[in-house]
Amino acid sequence: MEKALKRYWPIFILPTLAAFAIGFIYPFAQGLYLSFCQFRTIDKVKWVGFDNYVKAFTWDPQPLTDSMKFTVAFALVSIVLINLGGFVLALALTRGVKGTNIFRTLFFMPNLIGGIVLGYIWNVLINGFLSLIGKPLIELNPTAGFWGLVVLMCWQQMGYMMIIYIAGLQSVPEELIEAAKIDGATKWITLIKVKVPMVMSSITICVFLTLSNSFKLFDQNLALTRGEPGDQTAMMALNIYNTFYGRSGQVWKGLGQAKAVIFCIIVVVLSLAQLLTTRKREVQQ
Amino acid sequence: MNEKELKDLKKGNGPNIAKESESQERKESREESKKLKQKENTANILIMVALIAFSIAFVYPVFMILFNSFKVGSAFSTNTAFNLPNGDTFSKLDNYIDAIKSKGFSQSLFYSFFITISSVAAILLCCSMCAWFISRIRNWFTEVLYYIFVFSMIVPFQMVMFTLSKTADKLNLNTPYVIWIIYLGFGAGLAVFMFCGFLKSIPIEIEEAAMIDGCNPIQTFFMIVIPMLKPTMISVGILEAMWVWNDYLLPYLVLDIKKYKTIPILIQYFRGSYGKVEWGPLMACIMLTIIPIVIVYIAGQKHIIKGVAAGAVKG
Repeated sequence: MEKALKRYWPIFILPTLAAFAIGFIYPFAQGLYLSFCQFRTIDKVKWVGFDNYVKAFTWDPQPLTDSMKFTVAFALVSIVLINLGGFVLALALTRGVKGTNIFRTLFFMPNLIGGIVLGYIWNVLINGFLSLIGKPLIELNPTAGFWGLVVLMCWQQMGYMMIIYIAGLQSVPEELIEAAKIDGATKWITLIKVKVPMVMSSITICVFLTLSNSFKLFDQNLALTRGEPGDQTAMMALNIYNTFYGRSGQVWKGLGQAKAVIFCIIVVVLSLAQLLTTRKREVQQ
Repeated sequence: MNEKELKDLKKGNGPNIAKESESQERKESREESKKLKQKENTANILIMVALIAFSIAFVYPVFMILFNSFKVGSAFSTNTAFNLPNGDTFSKLDNYIDAIKSKGFSQSLFYSFFITISSVAAILLCCSMCAWFISRIRNWFTEVLYYIFVFSMIVPFQMVMFTLSKTADKLNLNTPYVIWIIYLGFGAGLAVFMFCGFLKSIPIEIEEAAMIDGCNPIQTFFMIVIPMLKPTMISVGILEAMWVWNDYLLPYLVLDIKKYKTIPILIQYFRGSYGKVEWGPLMACIMLTIIPIVIVYIAGQKHIIKGVAAGAVKG
């Protein structure tokens, strides 16, 4: 069979490979190379070594480290809130309450709406609310920008995590809960000592999904705050975008590409950590 | 109940008395379980009330856009965003007509549809073939290829955005009719990964049998493998469609946006370069964007929720 299949390789893998080379491999390699160069257009590049990387940490007027701090704070808060919210909703929806299906359908819906649209929806709501209580609007108010992004992400992602938690909770065997009940465990103890450990694999998946979503967040950020005021609410992806396309000049594109490489390394390391921990859990169970 | 019986027996009560106490016990336990059920019921009602309250808060943002989209342009401001439109501020369908006629919503809808459908179709077909090849032929090349695909899934778009848009320009892939090639390339990682994950779990013997019976690999693939891949195809299709439909940055950088605006680009375009926003038609566009999504979602919600859950667990 292998031999026969091998002869057909141009049909089976060539289309995907060609597109993959155009859409990923070549741009990735070129991006890596350009992060060591200074250029305005792609035809005229000058090799400058690690200059861009040094600049990214020492000279840059839109420091990536500021965005990194904002991103990490945002990620921590939203991971906790989204997962707690999703888990509580999943618990409420696995009790056989009437209308469970409708609620589940409803809570999942925001996931299908794109980031740009979501950003504008919440921009209207949050600015309406801020002017109601007499505070500066979100474009001038970094605190509101931060919490606005958190609320938006909770609204969008809670339903997704809820779906994963529901699947996890439904696979906890009835007998275990029954046994805990007979042993005199209260509901709370059953939850903490039986249900939570049993859905640990769902928790790992959800935590890392929210983590990588928070780190890669761009559309929502662009539509809700545009990083204003003065880049204070720009997350890493938006920061890189602004460095690339925000100004014209010799230095910016190379600097942006170097920042993108740093960003890429951070995301890859986080994702590898995810893979390793998930693997470990799989072995344990 | 049993315990009590035992106790009764130990005390030396006769079986008759035991029976009596048993029936009494039963009554008690029935009452107890009734009480428990009642307790559960009240708890369920409380939870339901909480869920309904939460749902209302959950839907409110969209509802707010809906009623604000019916206000005349000059009447919309952040101070009055929570007020329903009244006689003076009600604009009928003006914003919607404006959005469709002069802001080019219908063209954007067409581009978004075309790009999503062509890209997802290309991804499903090409990546499933590629994944089958990779998982059935094991050598260093396919191994390396598999890991590069997985790696591409993790890499953030910002890493390649500049070079990708330049490459697309050079190869004339900057129109909505061929941008699916870019999507096939950048979306291949997730698709190949998920297809390979499934293909690993199905036995190779079925395919071998088909080949021995005289099928060539192409026939085997389309007649044997594709039917088995169907559930995974649905998952992958939904995930990729959600991504392509809502994607903003890739088409914004790749397409010639003076000519071609997908829906997310159109919506972002309402914010002029000086930060001034035409809110009326913008909100009409948002509603027009949400409506087809809701229709598709309600029609296929079972598949969508299942597909997403399966995708997340495997991914």
